[in-house]
Parts: sequence; C-alpha cells; structure tokens
Amino acid sequence: MTPSINSLRSGKAIYLALGLLALALPYIITSKYLLHVVIMCYMYAIAIYGLNLILGYTGQLSLAHAGFYGIGAYTVGILTLKLHWSFWLALPAACILASLAGILVGLISLRLKSHYFTIFSLCVGLILFLTIEHWDSLTEGVRGLIGVPPPNPIPLPGGGSIVFTDLNAQYYLVLLCLVFTIFVMNRIINSMVGRTFMAIRNSEELASTIGINVFTSKLLSFVISAFFAGLAGALFAGYIRFLGPPMSHPNMTFEFLLMLLIGGQGTLAGPLVGALLVNTVTESLQFMQSYRYVVFGPFLILVVMFFPRGITGGYYSLKNRIRLKKQPRAAHKEAPPVLAADHAKTKSEELRG
Amino acid sequence: MELYFQQLLNGLTLGSIYCLVALGLTLIYGIMHIPNFAHGHLYMVGAYCVLFLCTLYGLNYWMAILISMVILAVIGIIMERLVFHPLRDSPPTNSFIAAVGALLFLEAGATVLWGADYRRMPEVFDKVVNIFGIMATQQRLVVIFSALALMGALYLFMKKTLIGSTIEAMSQDREGAFLVGIDANMVSMMTFGVASALAAAAAGLAGPLFLVFPSMGGLLIIKAFVIIVLGGMGSIPGAVAGAYILGLAESLGATVFPAEYKDLVAFILLVIILSIRPTGLFAKEGR
Repeated sequence: MTPSINSLRSGKAIYLALGLLALALPYIITSKYLLHVVIMCYMYAIAIYGLNLILGYTGQLSLAHAGFYGIGAYTVGILTLKLHWSFWLALPAACILASLAGILVGLISLRLKSHYFTIFSLCVGLILFLTIEHWDSLTEGVRGLIGVPPPNPIPLPGGGSIVFTDLNAQYYLVLLCLVFTIFVMNRIINSMVGRTFMAIRNSEELASTIGINVFTSKLLSFVISAFFAGLAGALFAGYIRFLGPPMSHPNMTFEFLLMLLIGGQGTLAGPLVGALLVNTVTESLQFMQSYRYVVFGPFLILVVMFFPRGITGGYYSLKNRIRLKKQPRAAHKEAPPVLAADHAKTKSEELRG
Repeated sequence: MELYFQQLLNGLTLGSIYCLVALGLTLIYGIMHIPNFAHGHLYMVGAYCVLFLCTLYGLNYWMAILISMVILAVIGIIMERLVFHPLRDSPPTNSFIAAVGALLFLEAGATVLWGADYRRMPEVFDKVVNIFGIMATQQRLVVIFSALALMGALYLFMKKTLIGSTIEAMSQDREGAFLVGIDANMVSMMTFGVASALAAAAAGLAGPLFLVFPSMGGLLIIKAFVIIVLGGMGSIPGAVAGAYILGLAESLGATVFPAEYKDLVAFILLVIILSIRPTGLFAKEGR
C-alpha cells in the first residue's frame, strides 16, 4: 500500500472530525465576514490544488495559472451576464474552456524544458491578462464585468428552493467543489498516472528511459491543473459577482504560489493549509495591503531555502523521523518518497500480470 | 515614409535599452542557469537611484548614472549572496521561486519607501535635432550611443580582462572552468554585479524618456526574457540581436496595430518563435 493511504487510515478519525467541522462551520461562526474569508480560502485552495498537481507532483513551474483562473471566471461572467445562460451550464463550460486553453498552451509550451517552460508560461499568463484587459467588447476591459448573476436557485422536491444569494448556500457549494477537488487529487496521486507524474518530477530522463511518455503525461497534468483553475474562477464569478482584469494578472499566480509553497507543494493537504493560513494572516494584516509583500517576499525565499516542502511537508518529515526512531525497520518500509525506481517496479509487476 | 524612419529611430532607442537589460539577464543565465525574474526590478531600483541623485543631491546626470551603477552592483552582489548562492544545489524550480520572492520584495519595498505614484526624471538633453529630416530629441541619440559605448566596454571587459575571461570560461564550460582553478563564488558575484550595473545604466539612460514607478520593471523583465529566449539563452550576441529585433518590431508594429496592443507584439513574437524553434533563433546548445 502507498504511504498516503496508510496515513489516511491511521488518521481517519481526524479526517472525519475535520469534515464534520467543515460541514457545521456556518453554524459555528456567526460572523458573516469570517465565513466570507473561509469561502475565499476554499476557492483559492481549489485553484492551488491545480497548481500543486503541475508544480508539486509533476515538477513544472507554470506561471500562467491565474490566466486560466481568469478564463474560468470570465466564461461564467460573460455567459450568464450577456447570454443569460444558467450558472449550472456556465460552470462546466468554464471548466471545459479553461481545459481547452490548457491543451492549446500545453501543446506548445510543454515541448520546452524547465527554464524555457517557466518563462513561456509567464508570457502566456501576461498574454491572457492583456487580452482580458484590452478586449473591451467582450470583457468590458478595465471597467470589469459588473453584476454577474448569482447561481440560479435549485428547486427542492418538497417545495421551496436553495437560493444562492444566501452566504451559507454559497459556502456549501464551494465546499462541495473543494471536496470534489481533493477527492480527484487523492485518486490521481495514488494512481498509476500520479506515479507517472512524480517519476517525471524526480527525473525526466529516467522517466522516459523506463518508457513513460513524458510529453503526454505533462500535458495531462497541465490540463487537469487548468481545469481546476477554471473551476475556482467560475465559483469566484458566481460568488463575488464582479470581475476585473487584475484577477488574471501573473501577480495572482504569485499569490497562489506563495500559498502553495507555505502550505507545502507535493502534499495533499498543502494547498488547503496554505490557503487558510496565508489568507487569514493577510486578512488580519489588512492595514498593510500591498506592503505585505515586503514581508511575504523574503518569507517565500526563506520557505524555499529551509522548508522546500512547506508546513505539511515539514510535518510529515518530522513525523517520519519520530517513527523511524521508534521502529526503524517498519518505518523504512513506509518512507514516503515515491521514486521512479519504485514506479518501474510496479510497472513491471503489472506487465508480468 | 518619414513616419517609418521616425519609428525606426524609436525602435533603435527601445532596442538599446532592452539590450542593456537583456545582456545582464543573459550573463546571469549563462553562469548560474537562473532566470532572474527580479532583474527588471533591479532596473527599477536603478531608475530611482538616478532620479534621487539628480533631484535631491543635484548631481550631474552622468555622475548620477555612474554612482547608481556602483550602488546597483553592490545590491546585485548582496542578492546573489543572500538569495541565489544558498540555493545553488537545490532543484531549479526553487531558485525560480526565490527570484519571484525577491521581485515581490523589491516592488513592495519601493512602494513603501517611495510611494506608488509616477515620477518624471528631469530632462537633461531636451533639444531637438534634425537628422536628414527626422526629428529626434538629443536624449534618444544619447541613449543609442551610450548603449553602444557600454556594449563596447562590456566586450572589452569580457575579452581583455582576467575577470571577464573567467566569466566567459565559466559560461562556456562549468567543469572545465573549475578544473583550471576558477573560483565559482567570485565569478557568480562579479556576474551579478556587472549585470545589475548594466540594468542601472539602462534605467538611467531611459529615465528621462519614460516615467519612473515601482512596477516599471514588471513588463520590461518579461520583454527581456523574450529577447534572451529569442537569442538563445546565455548567448551574448544573441541577446544584442534579439533586443534590436524586438525594439524595431514593437515600434514598427505600432504603425500597423492599434497602440493598446503594442505590448502584445513581444509575446506573440515569442509564441511564434518558440513554436517553430524551441531553442530560440540563435541557440548554441540543445534545449
């Protein structure tokens, strides 16, 4: 069994408690403002899960992420506001459009390696931002899209309906999407596909020598990451109901990156931890506004230097070290790093049947 | 026809500034294999240095540029020591992220210290010259010729001095350079120093033409990246050629496309070139 499933089993009670807490949260917190902060955290977390897949698991730093986030948001905004689509149709459309954009960008950019890919993706992010900012007839340019309708009410069988002007309903919608995201991510990283991504992260050359189609795998990872960025953007459009070009600026990608790095790249809990932590800190430092980067910039550098796998990664390695001391042999079997060699073994076992 | 010549001159001016910034970037990439995303923000700090030296301390324009080159060289060396040196053995994405952190810090720091408002540098050479019917402010000519002079100086520095040769040796063959006893630390620091000084010079020269504000380096750095990718990363002649190509493409493009799409030209150029030739136009090594 893979280590993450093991730790999942041992911590089952904790996860259950966390789930219940998340469900009951709107009734625990009475402050609307706090609930709003939590909703924003969840939304960011969904986008960051996408970034985590491409950076944390596949090892490719894409700086175009906010562009896809913007595509998702503007798709919903334009479809519901200008074409009067239902939100429930616009939401999947946004995800699909973001994925399609991901395929298009990925086909060109993923042929490039490491530095080139990062620079290229930064340029793509800027192109997407500039397009959104300058395409006045479609996106209203710098004025932004104002008054995006909230998700349409869902009628209940026993009469009445769920209305999404209500903060609690929005909370559960975003929570549902977040749970869906985490579920999908968990399935991916514990599957063959996920192992393939990690093999590429660990060494592209080795991965291709053992017969992994590096390009296709990277493309898949990139498209999934764009999909979740689109989903987060779509939710943002239905919730905030005002869209401005800055949300697709590379600076937004840098914010995502900061949250992911602090939470822990390449871990399942990292994006959520990072989003919750960074956002609450930011909200409590409201008075600093744009100056917060004076602190966050050096902090990002320090994290990369001393905790390259963030809080969650640091926690796991600490836990492992303790376990290693207690029962050296058993712990060795469960040591988390998933190596390309590991992958090769499973692959050959599979071939042998 | 006159319009085109006018734009040609503008393109050369833009190209000269891009060139100085891109040269620094390509030098750093050649030695350290780091895309230094914060380089454009060093340019911004350089612009503020020249601005303050001129306005607050009333220094002569050329003196101000020279002093800010020295200041920036020191800042560049500090950045290399604090940020990139400790990360030299970690996976490449970590240094990219560290560069992003440095960028955020510099931009926010400038906003805190000097405010977000746009400033204008006093014009020194504001006379208009007429060359064969093309009107040009002296400042543009100063930019073009000073850039050429700096490039010449850089060429002499790289070819004729010992430090320059070690930089070149290390970018050509890292292991080979170590074998003949070149001190990697020294070379890295020197490279960052020279690159940052070039950025400061570019900022000082461009200052009177453009506005000075904390996020001025954001777009420029991306254009500089387009240039060095165009020229093949780490290649010095490639960077020079790429810079003038981009400068001319932008200013001539402005006569064809609406002005608001001016900034898109660079990125679309990059997308097209990388789609056809993933290693850049003048690449010397594989991707």
